[in-house]
Amino acid sequence: MKKIKWMVPTFYIIFLMLPIYWLLNMSFKSTTEIINVYSLWPQDFTLDNYKTIFTDSTWYMGYVNSVTYTVFNTIISVSAALPAAYAFSRYKFLGDKHLFFWLLTNRMAPPAVFALPFFQFYSSVNLFDTHIAIALSHCLFNIPLAVWILEGFMSAVPKELDETAYVDGYSFPKFFFKIFIPTIAAGIGITMFFCFMFSWVELLLAKTLTATIAKPIAAIMTRTSSTSGYELGLLAAAGSLTIIPGAVVIYFVRNYIAKGFAMGRV
Amino acid sequence: MAKITLKNLSHSYLTKQSNDADWALRGVNIDWKDGGAYALLGPSGCGKTTLLNIISGLLKPTEGEILFDDKNVTALNPVERDIAQIFQFPVIYDTMTVYDNLAFPLKNRGLSKTEIDSKVKEIGEMLELTSTLNNKAAGLTADGKQKISLGRGLVRSDVNVIMFDEPLTVIDPHLKWVLRSKLKELHQKINRTMIYVTHDQIEALTFADQVVVMHEGQIVQTGTPVELFEKPKHTFVGHFIGSPGMNILPCKIENGQINFEGKILPNNTSIKKTNFNKTQVGIRPEFINFSNEGIKVKIKRVSDTGRHKVIDTECSSGSIKILANASAEIPSDSAYITFDQKYTYVYGDDWIIE
Amino acid sequence: MNKTLNQKAWFFVIPVFVLVAFNAVVPLMTVVNYSFQETFGSNVFAWEGTRWFKEILHSERFHASLGRQFIFTFIILLIQLPLGIAIALTMPKKGWGVPVCLILMSMPLLIPWNVVGAMWNIFALPEIGFLGNSLNSLGFDYNFTQQSGDAWFTTILMDVWHWTSLVVLLSYAGLNSIQPAYYQAAEIDGASRWDIFRYIELPKMKKVLTLAILLRFMDSFMIYTEPFVLTGGGPGNATNFLSLDLVKMALGQFDLGPAAAMSLIYFLIVLLICWVFYSLMMKDEGRT
Repeated sequence: MKKIKWMVPTFYIIFLMLPIYWLLNMSFKSTTEIINVYSLWPQDFTLDNYKTIFTDSTWYMGYVNSVTYTVFNTIISVSAALPAAYAFSRYKFLGDKHLFFWLLTNRMAPPAVFALPFFQFYSSVNLFDTHIAIALSHCLFNIPLAVWILEGFMSAVPKELDETAYVDGYSFPKFFFKIFIPTIAAGIGITMFFCFMFSWVELLLAKTLTATIAKPIAAIMTRTSSTSGYELGLLAAAGSLTIIPGAVVIYFVRNYIAKGFAMGRV
Repeated sequence: MAKITLKNLSHSYLTKQSNDADWALRGVNIDWKDGGAYALLGPSGCGKTTLLNIISGLLKPTEGEILFDDKNVTALNPVERDIAQIFQFPVIYDTMTVYDNLAFPLKNRGLSKTEIDSKVKEIGEMLELTSTLNNKAAGLTADGKQKISLGRGLVRSDVNVIMFDEPLTVIDPHLKWVLRSKLKELHQKINRTMIYVTHDQIEALTFADQVVVMHEGQIVQTGTPVELFEKPKHTFVGHFIGSPGMNILPCKIENGQINFEGKILPNNTSIKKTNFNKTQVGIRPEFINFSNEGIKVKIKRVSDTGRHKVIDTECSSGSIKILANASAEIPSDSAYITFDQKYTYVYGDDWIIE
Repeated sequence: MNKTLNQKAWFFVIPVFVLVAFNAVVPLMTVVNYSFQETFGSNVFAWEGTRWFKEILHSERFHASLGRQFIFTFIILLIQLPLGIAIALTMPKKGWGVPVCLILMSMPLLIPWNVVGAMWNIFALPEIGFLGNSLNSLGFDYNFTQQSGDAWFTTILMDVWHWTSLVVLLSYAGLNSIQPAYYQAAEIDGASRWDIFRYIELPKMKKVLTLAILLRFMDSFMIYTEPFVLTGGGPGNATNFLSLDLVKMALGQFDLGPAAAMSLIYFLIVLLICWVFYSLMMKDEGRT
């Protein structure tokens, strides 16, 4: 039984790694080789694709820009979501169920619908081509996600825990930060990762709201389909590199996600 | 029903230990009679939950043995040890009814439907849950849910020991009293060994026949509530038990006598050993009297709690709290106090010298 | 949980409400406006009432892509949910396996969706891609650009590869939030592994799983970029899912009116299904 248990995640990971290996494989090849030759590893190993990315400032700034606004967005989303999720979890108030569901509906509209109006709005307040504009616009779908995830985890913590803390003399802020947040650590870890991830991969709004200064990497990668056809090697290299920031994020929150439960207050 | 013996139990959560602090439990030895009500009392982090989990089998000790009725059970898991444990917060199966919750452990042990039914109904009545038996367990209040937790332990007739890990933590204060009395009542009725872990001295002292006080992984004193109150064997017991706790102040040992504030205090024993790092005298606030001569103190504050007066005083060695009758007359500025010789103790490096 | 009635809780919710509402309202009004009008290019609009809505709801093209979309989403949910939960149950909870699993499993989620589509495109090509080449050398006649069955297979495989980890991560975090006392009590009660899953783990993961289902439903129902890059909706109309068709219509014919109307209908379908599902899952929550 124990052996089978270990096989499941292993096979899954192997399945996940095959296309990624292929992506890495392509990143070290020239586009001609990719199209013409079937090879499990690069026959003409080349670092040209990576060289382009690391030396051309439009390329590496793309990464910097993306990291910047995703971090902004993650911080804003999680900070705003925490009190809201707490309210949804612990209190009844006018319109609460509908408000909660309405939040999720903001993820249901195709983003194409928002592109033009957002463009008009952010241009009008002089926030076009800024990181904060993208960070704020991504709040549209990330905040609802954050609230829903956090509320789910908060509801698993019995309200009696709060009350016991008050009886023991804790003030609300002290209770919230010293007792409550550690209890929902897994939820916070997951929320941070998902906010980062959904903001990171969002292409349409990020492209529409920027020109050069804050252009994200996802938009720059669309440049690889030019008049001379798809520059696959370059795309593959850029794609491989996009994995890194998110992997760093999840590495940092790994302990929250894995050790989620609270030992209870003694 | 079982007699419980713990031999030289030590436990560490780390794989390698370099000093005392790495051990959660150190050299614990206990001999508990069958059918008694015992309490493990101590502050957070003293090791009492660790000890409880070792007794129940949820944790395997790094060193030492556990014996139930002289049989070594150290290698057995909780099911094999026939124990029941109630946790700090109600642990119930949310999707089941109260009835099914109580029936669950019996179902897993293969009892027949009729046997299960009679047992569940019996325990349901004992715990006053009969009217809710068919309700979803998730709908009960916190104290109701704890009763279900308790019920799942009581429903099994083969249970050796029932263990409680701070079970009243999430209960409303006014219901705590009700539940506490219920537990005591239950113990008298069913006569099984019960071990109750808590950091609340009132819970421990009212529930147990015998209290084990723990501090930093060690047992500092075992005794009846009265014994613990009248003669604390460790300064920690003095501090922890009683409200307000014992006054513990530095003193000197000279020629086998206690020298406190320059005065020789009358003492019960003659103190032979003198090479301590720290010597302290301990006296409970209840056993201090005002007099015309003795130790000089300054009166700092008098608080009236209705039944007594608590007087905060100060001397050069530190502050002394005195408990007096509500009707007693308290001097206003400074006074002389004497310690009741019978209850004056001296401690060397925190342990009593006798 | 017994929630206390407290209208002041609104203050906690205000930041969220402001940030989301201000993003949501303006565009919505624009779309609604378009959906009721006809464009003659150069910003000339004529009121058309509900003509577009009627046309779309009766069009065969719409029915076809809607049908394809439902089948696709159904298959996706059927695969990704049990698979995701199963993986979360077997993942290690401590040791070096934890960061390894978390990092490797999160990788597919982090790749921009156009790259996902592009890499699977190459990956699945019969001659030069690992998947395509391997399948063909094993004897299967595989060509996703020409055979509808293969196109569906590849699209589904790509989506499973891309998104299952979302279910895994949510379930894993949910599982790890269960206090050990529940497992301890179950051990003492003599519960079997299946009992533990059924009576402890599954109920405690309810909210997290509801969210996973809703998210996967919405995202797979609105899927656009990856199949667009992978198959372009082909061969023919085989993988022309709802979003793809909508964009084709909007861009190709410059018909903002019908496109906007279709967007609204699309949105309402997603909304309705989510609402129904959410209400069903949360039916019991109000009472405790």
